[in-house]
Amino acid sequence: MIGEELVQLLTPEGERVAHPEYESTLSGEEIFGLYRDMVIVRRLCTESTSLQRQGQLALWAPIQGQEAAQIGAGRALNPMDFTFPTYREHGIAWCRGVPPENMLRLFRAVSNGGWDPQKYRHSVPSVVLGTQTLHAVGYAMGIQRDGAEEAAMAFFGDGASSQGDVLEAFVWAASFNAPVVFFCQNNQWGISTPSTVQSKIPLYHRAHGFGFPGVRVDGNDVLAVYEVSKRALESARVGGGPTLIEAYTYRMGAHTTSDDPTRYRIDAEVEVWKHRDPIERVKSLLVREYHVKTAKFDEVTAEAESMALKLREDVLAMDRPDPITMFDNAYAAPHPLIEEGRREMIELGVSGGSH
Amino acid sequence: MATTTMTMAKALNEGLRRAMEKNKKVLIMGEDVGKLGGVFRVTDGLQKDFGEDRVIDAPLAESAIVGTAVGLAIRGYRTVCEIQFDGFVYPAFDQIVSQVAKLHKRSDGVYTMGLVIRIPFQGGIGAIEHHSESPEAYFAATAGLRVVSCSTPNDAYWMIQQSIEHDDPIVFCEPKSRYWEKGEVDLESPPVGLFDAVVRREGTDVTVIGYGSSIKTILRAADTAAVEGTSLEVVDARSLAPLELDTMATSLEKTGRLVVVQEAPHMASIGSEIVAELSERCFYSLRAPGVRVSGYHVPYPPSRIEEDYRPTVDRILDAVDRVMGFES
Repeated sequence: MIGEELVQLLTPEGERVAHPEYESTLSGEEIFGLYRDMVIVRRLCTESTSLQRQGQLALWAPIQGQEAAQIGAGRALNPMDFTFPTYREHGIAWCRGVPPENMLRLFRAVSNGGWDPQKYRHSVPSVVLGTQTLHAVGYAMGIQRDGAEEAAMAFFGDGASSQGDVLEAFVWAASFNAPVVFFCQNNQWGISTPSTVQSKIPLYHRAHGFGFPGVRVDGNDVLAVYEVSKRALESARVGGGPTLIEAYTYRMGAHTTSDDPTRYRIDAEVEVWKHRDPIERVKSLLVREYHVKTAKFDEVTAEAESMALKLREDVLAMDRPDPITMFDNAYAAPHPLIEEGRREMIELGVSGGSH
Repeated sequence: MATTTMTMAKALNEGLRRAMEKNKKVLIMGEDVGKLGGVFRVTDGLQKDFGEDRVIDAPLAESAIVGTAVGLAIRGYRTVCEIQFDGFVYPAFDQIVSQVAKLHKRSDGVYTMGLVIRIPFQGGIGAIEHHSESPEAYFAATAGLRVVSCSTPNDAYWMIQQSIEHDDPIVFCEPKSRYWEKGEVDLESPPVGLFDAVVRREGTDVTVIGYGSSIKTILRAADTAAVEGTSLEVVDARSLAPLELDTMATSLEKTGRLVVVQEAPHMASIGSEIVAELSERCFYSLRAPGVRVSGYHVPYPPSRIEEDYRPTVDRILDAVDRVMGFES
C-alpha cells in the first residue's frame, strides 16, 4: 500500500523492523508510558462520544486510530515548545498537560477555548482549517528573534492540506527558516472527501517543492512517530528549519459525532486498518520483549476508567455560563458597545450582574 | 510646543520610527516595506535603521502577513502589518475576522492581539481596479476589532503610535490620497485619545461628519457654504469602531441637522451607523432626517470617472440644502 517510503519501526504485529535512518531510543518503561497515554486518550475519546450521545456535549471529534500519531508527536516535544492544534488534538493536549475536562469545555459549548494556552504552551483549537499553521510559523519567527532553542509544532490534517493558509505557512517557514514542524495527520478522510482528492502525490512530497524536508511515517507506530518527531523538532530548535511530517494513519470513527461514515466508505477498508491498531502492536511488543504482565496492563485500564469517571463528573458539573460572561474578553480594553450590552443584560435581569 | 511641517506619509513614518524606538517588540511586516520603503514610502528607511528582523519584507501573501503576526503576538511581539492596497486585504479576511478578532476571547483573555493592520484606503489617486476601495465597514462590523482613520499628518503621527500601544487589534485606515499633503505635527503631545472624534470647524446650521479623505472635501464645502450664508460644523469621526458619539451628539444637538460623508457605498456603512445612533440619541433636537453622501452602490469605477463616484463639494452642498430645506 505505502511501500518503503514509510518510516516504520514496529509492524502491526508488534515486531521491530530496522530503518536505515531511524531507530528507537526508548526504554521499555518509556514505551509502556506511551502505551498508557494511548489507552487513556482512547478512553477519554469513548467517554466523550458517550457523553455526546447522551446529550451532554454539543459535538465530539473522535481520535480513535490516531492515538499513536498524537502521543508519539506529543511526547517528542520539550516543555518549552509550543503547539498549535485543531479541534481533534486531544492526544497532544493530554501530553501538554491540559486537564481532560478542559478539553471538553469547547464541546460542552460553555467556552470558545477551554484552557490557558500560555500555561500549557498549547494554543486554543482552530476550527477554521489550516489557520493555525500560520500562527505556528509566526510564533516560530518570534522564537528566532528571541534567540531561543525552542520549536513550534503545527497540527493539521489531509483535508486542511488543501487550504491556502497551509501552503502560505510552508512558504513563510521555508523563506525565514522558521523553527517549526508541520505535523499532518493523514487520516485518509476529510469528512467524506478521500485524501486522494486533496493530493495527487503523497502529501509529504509537497515539502520538497517548498524547499524543506518531508517525511512520511507510519502514524500508527508510536515508536516511529516519536523518533521522526524528535529529530524534526531538534533540527528546528538548532536552526535546521522546518520539516513536514506526514503521519499516515486512519480515522477509525466518524469525523465528528454528527457524521455518518457508512454513507461514504466501505467496511472492508475499516477492517484492514483495524489490524493496524496503534495500541495493540505496542502491547504485543511490551509482552514479548519486556514481559509486561497482565496486571500491569490492568492497572492502566483501571486508571483510564477512573479518568473517564472523573471526566464524566466534571463535565456534568459544567453549568451553563452566566450570559453576562459573553462580554468578558471580547476586547482587552474598555469598549462602549461592551458596556452598553452589559448594562442592557443587567437591566433585563437575565444575569446576576456580578461583573 | 515643538511643531514641524510634514506630509502624512512622513508623519506615519516618524510615528512608526518612534514606536519602534520605544518598544523593541514592535515589528513591521508587509510587501516591499524594506528596501523600497513600501509602495507609498511610509516605511522608508526603517529597515536600514532597525534591521531585517524588525522590518520584514514578506512573501506576497496577505493571509500569511496577518496570520504570522498572530503567532508573533502570541509570542509577545507587536506587529504592524502593511496591506499594500485596500483591495488586497480580502485574502487576509479570515485571519482578521476569525483569528485576530476572536483570539483574545477564545483564549479567555490570555492572548493579547496587540497588532495593527495598516490599510491605505479610499480612492482619488487615479489608480487601476482594486486600489481605491473603502473596506472599513466589514471590519467595523466585526466584534473584537477596532477601526480608526487619520485625516491629518498630526493625527497620523499620533494615532499610529497610540494604535501600536493599544492592546486590542486595530485596523488602521490611511487615506492614500492625502499621503502627500503637508500639515503641522506636534511632536510633544497627542491631540486627543485614539478613539475620540474631534470638531474640525465650528458652525451652527448643519453638522457634517466624515473621516479620512472626506474631511478635506467637507472643509472645502464648509468654505463655500459660509459664502452662501450656511454655517457647517465639521466633525472628524477618527474612530470608526467604536464610534465616539458624544462629540457628534453635542454638535447635532446644537445644529439639529446631520449630513454624513464617506467614500464607501451607504448600504450597511459607517455613515448608516452614525445616522442611526444619532437619530436615537438626538431625536428631539433633529430638524431634518440625517442624510448620507456616499459612493454609489457599484464596484469602484475606473478612475477616469472616480471623481463622479467620490463625494464632491457639490454633492455635500446638495445634501446640506436638503437638510436645510426641511425648515418650515
